[in-house]
Amino acid sequence: MRKKMKVAILGGGLIGTDLLVKIMRSPWLECTGFISRNLNSSRMLKAINLGVFVSDKGIGAIEENPDQYDLIFDATSAAAHKIHAPIFEKLRKIVIDLTPAKIGKMCVPAVNISECLNLNNVNMITCGGQASIPLAYTIGQVHKDVKYIEVVSTISSRSAGPATRANLDEYIDTTENGIKHFSSAEKSKAILILNPADPCINMQTTVCAIVSKPEINKLKEEVHKMITFLKTYVPGYELVVEPTVEDNRIFMMIRVNGLGDFLPSYAGNLDIINCAAIAMAEKYAIQKYGEAHGK
Amino acid sequence: MENNIRKKILITDPTLRDGSHANQHQFSEKQIRSYSIAAERARIPILEVGHGNGIGASSLQVGLSSVNDLDMIRFAREHLQNTKLGIFMIPGFATIKKDLRPAIDAGADVVRIASHCTEADITERHIGYARERGKLTHGCLMSSHMASAETLIEECKKMESYGAEGVILMDSAGNYLPSDVYEKVSALVKNIHIPIGFHAHNNLSMAVANSVAAVEAGALIVDGTSRGFGAGAGNTPIEVLVAVLEKMGYDTGIDLYKILDASEIADKDILNSKPTIDSTSIVSGLAGVFSAFKKHVIRVSAEYNVDSRDVFFELGRRKVVGGQEDLIVEIAIELSSKEKSLRI
Repeated sequence: MRKKMKVAILGGGLIGTDLLVKIMRSPWLECTGFISRNLNSSRMLKAINLGVFVSDKGIGAIEENPDQYDLIFDATSAAAHKIHAPIFEKLRKIVIDLTPAKIGKMCVPAVNISECLNLNNVNMITCGGQASIPLAYTIGQVHKDVKYIEVVSTISSRSAGPATRANLDEYIDTTENGIKHFSSAEKSKAILILNPADPCINMQTTVCAIVSKPEINKLKEEVHKMITFLKTYVPGYELVVEPTVEDNRIFMMIRVNGLGDFLPSYAGNLDIINCAAIAMAEKYAIQKYGEAHGK
Repeated sequence: MENNIRKKILITDPTLRDGSHANQHQFSEKQIRSYSIAAERARIPILEVGHGNGIGASSLQVGLSSVNDLDMIRFAREHLQNTKLGIFMIPGFATIKKDLRPAIDAGADVVRIASHCTEADITERHIGYARERGKLTHGCLMSSHMASAETLIEECKKMESYGAEGVILMDSAGNYLPSDVYEKVSALVKNIHIPIGFHAHNNLSMAVANSVAAVEAGALIVDGTSRGFGAGAGNTPIEVLVAVLEKMGYDTGIDLYKILDASEIADKDILNSKPTIDSTSIVSGLAGVFSAFKKHVIRVSAEYNVDSRDVFFELGRRKVVGGQEDLIVEIAIELSSKEKSLRI
C-alpha cells in the first residue's frame, strides 16, 4: 500500500469538517487527528464515526504527540494562527493555514504551487481569493499595465459561519492583498456579499479590471487554459460569463459548485479553499513519498 | 403649550448619499458645499454624505465616485455646526481600518452601519467601533421587504445588543405599501427598546404615505431627501415630509421655509435629473429589487438589446440583494441569447 502523509486538522468548524471529508478520499493523505476545543458537537461525532482520532485540547494535542503528524491544516482563526505559527515552527511541522492570518506565503495552487513546496508555512488567503486570483493573475499575464482589479464574491448566507461573519474586514484586507500581489495591479478592491435566498445560491465571483488596452481574445484563451487546470483540483469551477468588455472594464464571472462534502453543493466557497489546501498538501505528500513508491 | 407636547421626529437627510446613486456618484465639491450650507440653514438634524452604498463602496460594481468619501466629509464638515454629519457603511464593502476610522477622524458625527435585512451579525464589530468612538450609531436593515416581522425583530435585537442606538428599516426597493410598513414598524416598536426608523423609496409612489405610516406606527426616525433625490425612483421628498409631519402635529425641528429654500437650491444646483417614477422604477419596485440597480440595468439592457423590465423581474426571481449588480450582466447575456435562439 502507498504510504500516506499524516495530517491533523486543527479547528472543528465548517472548514475543518469539510476538509476531513475530503481527506478521507485522498490517496496521499491520512487524517490522524481532528482537533478542536469541544468534543460535544455533531461535527466531532462525524469524525469519531469516520474512525479518526479526535481531541479537544487544541494545539496542546499536537505538542503532546508531535510525531503523530507531518502536516497540519490550521482552520481556526487569524488570531489563533498567530499563536500557533511559532509552535509549529519549533516542532518543524508543515502548516497549511486556512485563516486570513497572513503569516505564511500566499498560496494559490493554480498559480504558484511549486514555489510553495519548499516552505513550511503557506497561507490559503480566502475563499474569494482562491476563486478570483487565478483570473486576476491571468489578467496580469496578458496585460502589462493593470491599473485596477476588483473582485466581488457572493456566497450563500448559510455557508458563512460565525468566524467568517466576524472577520469580513480581514477577508477584504487579505483578498485585496492577494489580488495585488499576484496580478501586479496598481490597486485592488474586494467586496463580499451574503445572500440569504432559499434555495441557497452557489458561490459566484466576478472579476473586473481596468487596463489601458484590453486584449480580450488573448485573455479568453488564457482564462480557458487556467480554468482547465483549476478544474483538476476544483471540479465545480465554471466560467459563467466569458471575459468581455462592458462599460470600459474587463468583466468575467465564475461560479463554484461545491462537491457537497460536508455542506451541500451551494457552499462552493468552503469547497474551493479546501480543494486548494488539499492540492497543496498532496503535492507535499508526493514530494515526500511519491518517488519512493511511485512505481 | 402645544409645542411642548408635540412628538419629536428625527429627520435624517441622505441627499448627498442616496442622491449619489441618482447622479452616478458624481457630486462635485461645489454641490456638496452648496447643499451643506442650505441644510445647516434649514436646521436639518443629520445630513448624510458619501458614496451611494456608503463610505468605501466606490467600485466598478456600484459606480466610482468622482469626489472620494473623505473629501466629501471634509467639504460638508466646513459648513455644518448644528446639523450633524452622518455617514453610512456596509460591512463587506468597507472596513474599519480603511474607511470607518478615517471617516470618523475626518469629522463624522453620526454613523449608520447597514446590512441586508437578515445578516445583522456582520455589523457587530463596526457598530461596536463607532460606539467606542462615541458616535451616535444606528443600524440599518436593507431591503427589509424581504423578511418577515419576526425575522426583523430578531435582527434588530442583534443590532441593539451590539450597541446600536436606533435601527432603520430600509425599503431599498420601494416595494412596501403603507399597510406593510405599519405592520412591520409596529411589531418592532413593540419588541425593541431603541428608536425605530424608516427609509423609503418611491417606486410605487408610496414614499410619503409609507413614511407617514411608519410615524403612525411609532417610528421616531424618518429619512427624506431634497426633491426625493435618491436611487431608483428616489426617496421621500424631505420638503413634503416636513410639511406633512408639521400638519400632523409632529415636531421635526426643521424650519419649513428654509427646507423649501434648500430644495430650491438642490433643484437648481445639484439635481442633474429629477427623480421620476418611470417604467423601470415601477417594475423594480414590484420585483423587489434594490433601487440602486436601476442605472446599471438600463445601461446593460441597452448594450445587450434586452428589455430592462425582463431583467428586473429575473433579478427579483433570483432574490438578489444590494451589491449584486454583477448579476445584471449575466442575466442580460442569458436573455439575449434566449431571444436569439427564438429568432432562429
